[in-house]
Amino acid sequence: MENEKKGFAGFVKRNWLVILTGLIVGAAAVILTALGNPKNMGFCIACFERDIAGSLKFHTAGVVQYFRPEIVGLVLGSMIISMIKKEWKPQGGSSPFTRFMLGMLVMIGALVFLGCPLRMVIRIGGGDVNALVGLLGFIVGIVIGTFPLRFGFTLNRAYKQSPLEGLFFPILLVILFVLSLIPELFAKSTEGPGSQHAPWCAALLIAIVVGALCQRSRLCMAGGVRDVVLFKDFHLIYGFLAIIVAVLIGNLITHNFKFGLADQPIAHTDGIFNFLGMVLVGWGSVLLGGCPLRQLILAGEGNSDSAITVFGFIAGAAVSHNFSLASSVKGIGAGPVLWVLISGFVILAALSVFNTKRRA
Amino acid sequence: MIDARGFSCPMPVLMVQREVKKSNPATLEVLVDNMTAVGNITRFAASQHYAVKVDEIDGEYKMTLTK
Repeated sequence: MENEKKGFAGFVKRNWLVILTGLIVGAAAVILTALGNPKNMGFCIACFERDIAGSLKFHTAGVVQYFRPEIVGLVLGSMIISMIKKEWKPQGGSSPFTRFMLGMLVMIGALVFLGCPLRMVIRIGGGDVNALVGLLGFIVGIVIGTFPLRFGFTLNRAYKQSPLEGLFFPILLVILFVLSLIPELFAKSTEGPGSQHAPWCAALLIAIVVGALCQRSRLCMAGGVRDVVLFKDFHLIYGFLAIIVAVLIGNLITHNFKFGLADQPIAHTDGIFNFLGMVLVGWGSVLLGGCPLRQLILAGEGNSDSAITVFGFIAGAAVSHNFSLASSVKGIGAGPVLWVLISGFVILAALSVFNTKRRA
Repeated sequence: MIDARGFSCPMPVLMVQREVKKSNPATLEVLVDNMTAVGNITRFAASQHYAVKVDEIDGEYKMTLTK
């Protein structure tokens, strides 16, 4: 088998695609920032879904409303390549409501930190030390989440669905995207991060390429750390590291690298909340079986459980902003952030325990 | 035979890991329905010195692990 090859040649053969994907994702983030996306936010699944929630007026935070074409592109890229490679498969029915709730919690945690795991990696590449604190929390969350996995945690089987069930989500995204091009129909920020965006055609095309590569390589931030913890398998984490390398080089070239804690782009310095937010993200992502980026890719492959999870993310973003749980550059939100995080941990603990079937 | 069809990542490879830890079988057959699981199980099997054969049957995959 291919995995038997030892040495550097074997390493390259086993890992080239995930490393290439990581490098291209990192480069895409830098390019999209140069084209207008917010700094250290060339690609952020949580932020972009939050912006979409705002554009659809699910929340009314005026600075974060824009229908981000990147989300549409990632799903389309995954859908197209999985159809070509005959991996497109309409599937669903694996604890959909639990997944929706997990999606909400992951998003609430991500918006306390200010970024999904992908943006966390991009922030690290930009020199933002707060993101290293977030990484620590993310790792702790994943380690916690691997315990229920070891003891038989499951959200049960998904089953084959009709082609329409698998296509519904990508079709809906395309329709919404086309509608978003009609002036004044959706909300659109005139200031703040939501007003900063690359031209839609560039964002869409780059995201289609990235989505296709992510589908082929199975790149996943949560999976990277989880596989190291569970199987001592470093395959996915090479992609994670490749993103950091590409972003670091790109930021050095474009003079956007700034090392330190203070005054980082769209970030705050409250270490405890950066940590706790990402614990929630890590733990929730492990129970979901993948980070927010991976959920989009799976939704593109026809998985309606992941499509529901994405709507959980969008609902979570609306809750975060409507109840002032989301952080900003000024610090954490004015709402009951700590209590919501604690409630989130209690819910995750309950889901972890009650979905675990102890096996001999 | 482990039937891991319909289970999302990383359940299929965890089911294989559990079986290998429990009984260290000389051969193990696993049924999965996506290429991500095939990749994950192939990497895990290689780390445990199993050879892997994959047969595709109607969009599903029968994996045979042998030592």
